[in-house]
Amino acid sequence: MTISSGALGSVSIALCGSGGAGVMTAANMLLDAAAQVGYYALFGRSSGPQIRGGEAAALLRLSPRPITSVDDTYDILLAIDWQNVQRFAAELPLNADSMIITDPAAGEVPEVIAASGARIVPLPMKELCADIAGGRPNMIALGAVAALIGLPVEPLTEVLGKSLKKKRADAYDASVAAVKKGAEAAAVLGQAKRLDVPADAAARRWDITGNEAAGLGAVRGGVRFCAAYPITPATEILEWMTGALAKVGGVFVQAEDELASINMCVGASYGGSPAITATSGPGLSLMIEALGMAVASETPVVVVDVQRGGPSTGIPTKSEQSDLNIALYGMHGDAPHLVVAPQSIGDCLFTTQWAIHLAEALQTACIVLSDQSLGQSRAIIDAPADLAFVGKRLAAASPAEDQQYRRYALTANGVSPMAIPGTPGCQYTADGLEHAVSGTPSSQESDHSAQLDKRLRKLTGHDYGSHWATIEGDGPIAVLTWGSCTGAAREAIGRARADGIEVRLIAPRLLSPTRPELLAKALEGVSKVLVVEQSHLGQFHRYLRSEYELPGTVELLNHAGPLPIRPGAIHKRLLAMGA
Amino acid sequence: MDTINSATCYTAKDYKSDVKPVWCPGCGDYAVLSAFTKAFADLGLEPHRIAVVSGIGCSSRIPAYTNCYGFHSIHGRGLAVAAGIKLARPDLTVVAAGGDGDGFSIGGNHFIHACRRNVDMTYVVMDNRVYGMTKGQPSPTTEADWDASAMAPPGGTGVSPFHPLGMALAAGANFIARAFAGDPNGTAELIAQAIRHPGFSFVAVMSPCVTYREEQREWKTLMRKSGMETATDPAQAARNLMEDDGYNLGVLYKGSRSPYSPYRPASAAISDLDAEFAL
Repeated sequence: MTISSGALGSVSIALCGSGGAGVMTAANMLLDAAAQVGYYALFGRSSGPQIRGGEAAALLRLSPRPITSVDDTYDILLAIDWQNVQRFAAELPLNADSMIITDPAAGEVPEVIAASGARIVPLPMKELCADIAGGRPNMIALGAVAALIGLPVEPLTEVLGKSLKKKRADAYDASVAAVKKGAEAAAVLGQAKRLDVPADAAARRWDITGNEAAGLGAVRGGVRFCAAYPITPATEILEWMTGALAKVGGVFVQAEDELASINMCVGASYGGSPAITATSGPGLSLMIEALGMAVASETPVVVVDVQRGGPSTGIPTKSEQSDLNIALYGMHGDAPHLVVAPQSIGDCLFTTQWAIHLAEALQTACIVLSDQSLGQSRAIIDAPADLAFVGKRLAAASPAEDQQYRRYALTANGVSPMAIPGTPGCQYTADGLEHAVSGTPSSQESDHSAQLDKRLRKLTGHDYGSHWATIEGDGPIAVLTWGSCTGAAREAIGRARADGIEVRLIAPRLLSPTRPELLAKALEGVSKVLVVEQSHLGQFHRYLRSEYELPGTVELLNHAGPLPIRPGAIHKRLLAMGA
Repeated sequence: MDTINSATCYTAKDYKSDVKPVWCPGCGDYAVLSAFTKAFADLGLEPHRIAVVSGIGCSSRIPAYTNCYGFHSIHGRGLAVAAGIKLARPDLTVVAAGGDGDGFSIGGNHFIHACRRNVDMTYVVMDNRVYGMTKGQPSPTTEADWDASAMAPPGGTGVSPFHPLGMALAAGANFIARAFAGDPNGTAELIAQAIRHPGFSFVAVMSPCVTYREEQREWKTLMRKSGMETATDPAQAARNLMEDDGYNLGVLYKGSRSPYSPYRPASAAISDLDAEFAL
């Protein structure tokens, strides 16, 4: 069944080539040019397991309207060569309406690709650039694809000018000539899907990745300390934080391992500096013990987990939503803490900033569950609002002569004033050992239950506002999803609406603590629920089943990574549920 | 540098809390606690400007027994927590403390990298060559043939003990000393020197466990002031440490590396970061 995504007026393009063929360069330039004339964009990449080089695919979607998800299929697949493409052929879905552009010099189209039934058209890229001194096939490809989708040559030459003209005038001339030649050659390739004209070219837009957005959210939220250990696919957060903290004033430390990075963050936070670290599944596993200490000692700290395929080393370069269980339930003991999840690349900014705000306000650990598809994808989005969520702790002042400071005092809302070292008269020892209100270790039942209650109460009693979930639309069918699947669900719901089926979208941004009353309210009038997630075990479904009441019939649409949950699959289920 | 407050005169008891230690009678750690408070008083440090940070184990209980800011963290991670505090708050005096299992076994990697990183703080390890809190297992500094505990295999582990001072030197520590809990004044003096010295200072305090290592009572007859001059050259220090029998007390190495200071002052506003992304 072919499902059109016509409503968005988008075009999806995959560019393939071996390392050095320049497909990433060409795709980035295509994105830059499209952004310049007012298009939105989503750009991800797929590759084999090599560190550098090797076969790779640039996966690009362009649209005159905001993009929340990858599409079901690629409208154009252009291969400069086909070396090892079978390693990720499954990530390049095509259908009979797709166009495969191949250089005859690169040999036969691999069977796994050709089997899609897509139209195969030859474009002799090597041959076309042969008589351009310094001309490269990737620039022929860039010109041809741009012409096919209806993007004029001018923005492309402008982008080339920005990146090449000053440094390498000869390379600029060669690239412009190749792009023009590619655009001319496209005329004989036949019709491909074309972009609608963008509505508002003057609107304020940003060009950002999810990992950069998370870093910016942290800094906006007040973070001035980051200790971290490199890990794919979270490393870009560290890279970005290094530069950003050097500019806005702060400390970045590359720690010896994840145990050190999280413990350094806890120390910095104890010292009064809001702190963040970023990691992926294996690193989160190592950090769990220290997160439990942050919970018990009531020290604010935030970890961004950019999820990848698991378990163990898993698939480091590809996305999956399978760290939900460890984020929610990984800590030993009864350790209530915060878990939040961004729902788009732009939302990585808001959700991380919110995480800092919440962790500081509630003096606890917060795990931000991003994933590779958000973190490492680049997008053109509407400029995000600058929200006033800055982390602010309830600080303790020096007590009067006859008073004694009690770090873990039992307050009504569970949040106790936290002394920052240097404050006279408030000296206390933060402790992972269970303690009395003073902080002194205690194994007494009364202290244990009072402190457990307090640490839970401060989370459950907090007003998280409307940010706790995205709730859109109406109707008796609800899609319940989270994180990066939210975008695909939103697009699928749009398609269902075009088919006359009203579906509501409910995506909790706050996964812990749970909000049973709010979800019950959001589900009022719902008789069918479709749970959507990218995990093999259906971790989100199990979480919903154990923590919430779900009405009527509940269906699950889930699979593991690396294949994304595409809008078409959700739309198809919604059509069946609405019939 | 550390805040020296000459206006107020502190005595050792100003740094003691009223929390009663869990240590056994005769434990060397009592003397180390006294040495801490004496060193702080001698340096005239304000109690609220000191952070004492530890991991888990008998000796790691020490922060709550002081009247300073403290963090009793998790097993093996005290050095990482301490580094985070010092890097975020260079104005504080940070002293990390713990035992031989905490520091050299589960926390061994942090020990190496703390020496290498050279954050301006002091690390005091109370070495009793045994896991006391879990009742007598051999530790990384336990002699290979020690089998006096039911927890040790007959004939001992057969594994050579770790040489913490040599390791500290190889990894780049900027100050290396050995003290003996049986000499609290000497220990206090070495801790004070360690705090004063810039960079990462390591003080190994031989602190007897009279419960599981009764033979360590003999340490008082074996420990002696080192006859070697304090080395300032790492090569000389290495030779000295290779010849050291474990009973030499004093400052064995004083380096001159600059402390690690990753703090960068602000040169831009947060809103300037937006420009990177705006089209």
